[in-house]
Amino acid sequence: MHRTGDLYGHFQTLEQQKETATLGMWIFLVTEVLFFGGMFLTYTINRSAFSTAFGIGSNTLDITLGAGNTVVLIMSSLTMAMAVWSAQVGKKKLVSIFLIATLGLGTVFLGVKAIEYKQKFDHHLIPGRGFDMKYHPAHPMAGDDLKELALEKKEVDEAFAVDPDINFHGQLYFSLYFGMTGLHALHMIVGVGLLIWLIKGSFGGRFTPQYNTPVEIVGLYWHFVDIVWIYLFPLLYLIDRHR
Amino acid sequence: MSEHIVSPKVYIVIFASLMLGTGLTVWAAFQNFHQYNIVIALGIATIKATLVVLYFMHARYSPGRTQLVIVCSVFWLAIMLALTLADYDTRPHDITLAAPQVFYCV
Repeated sequence: MHRTGDLYGHFQTLEQQKETATLGMWIFLVTEVLFFGGMFLTYTINRSAFSTAFGIGSNTLDITLGAGNTVVLIMSSLTMAMAVWSAQVGKKKLVSIFLIATLGLGTVFLGVKAIEYKQKFDHHLIPGRGFDMKYHPAHPMAGDDLKELALEKKEVDEAFAVDPDINFHGQLYFSLYFGMTGLHALHMIVGVGLLIWLIKGSFGGRFTPQYNTPVEIVGLYWHFVDIVWIYLFPLLYLIDRHR
Repeated sequence: MSEHIVSPKVYIVIFASLMLGTGLTVWAAFQNFHQYNIVIALGIATIKATLVVLYFMHARYSPGRTQLVIVCSVFWLAIMLALTLADYDTRPHDITLAAPQVFYCV
């Protein structure tokens, strides 16, 4: 393909090229909205049908890790936006610094997610043979808050007395939990890859006020992944917390 | 048409609002608003998402055709959610009865 510097032959100006790329990215994000939308739809239908099991499942999640991760991800969105600004005003060093900060925060998010997943294995909350939401309050792991668990145990026992199917429906909640957070984490991993590619480019001073389309486009993707988490956090972590 | 550069000041204000929204969501989850808990949680999440789209993603300063694409995504999502949920809501079929006992292995 014919190319002059960063300008491809079928575009008149760099600005037109950027607007076209941005529009294309947004159209991709529309397909992503509908992709995640299908999972949110499945979640809504099952939560309305099995609200008790979803409430108990949600209460087994660690709200500190969840809220902390939300803060980390929103901070990474800020540093990503600042990287775009740095490129637009031609501060080449700041572009690298903000991109590396974004990469760091994204990696922290994935690390916390890994810790959370491990806890689910420890607490017998992986859908399948060993799944038991009663196990968690009955056998606290090191680091669990005993006071909180004692309260939970009573409530869980009451719920099981009313509806013995709760362990079955709880697996639906955790299947959705792993499906939705897993798909989100997969998007984060792709984002981390894209950031590494951007950081490599920024070291060569590739992003300037005239040409910063890749930073802008990856930024759109990164912010979209942030938005998905903004919905996932209250929907997965905060069900029936007021009881 | 020249490119609009959003200043760091705006980004910081949006970031602070998003932090506030996160705190508010957690606080609201521990209050008993009965059936409105979910409405409040989704309301705050939607405000946060709108701020991210408008400022972090520069939708406010984008050309009209980009904004049209964004509005379309919300519209199509609304079609998918509304029609499917209307179907589940109005059919006399109870999915809570569909749990196959075979898979019990507690």
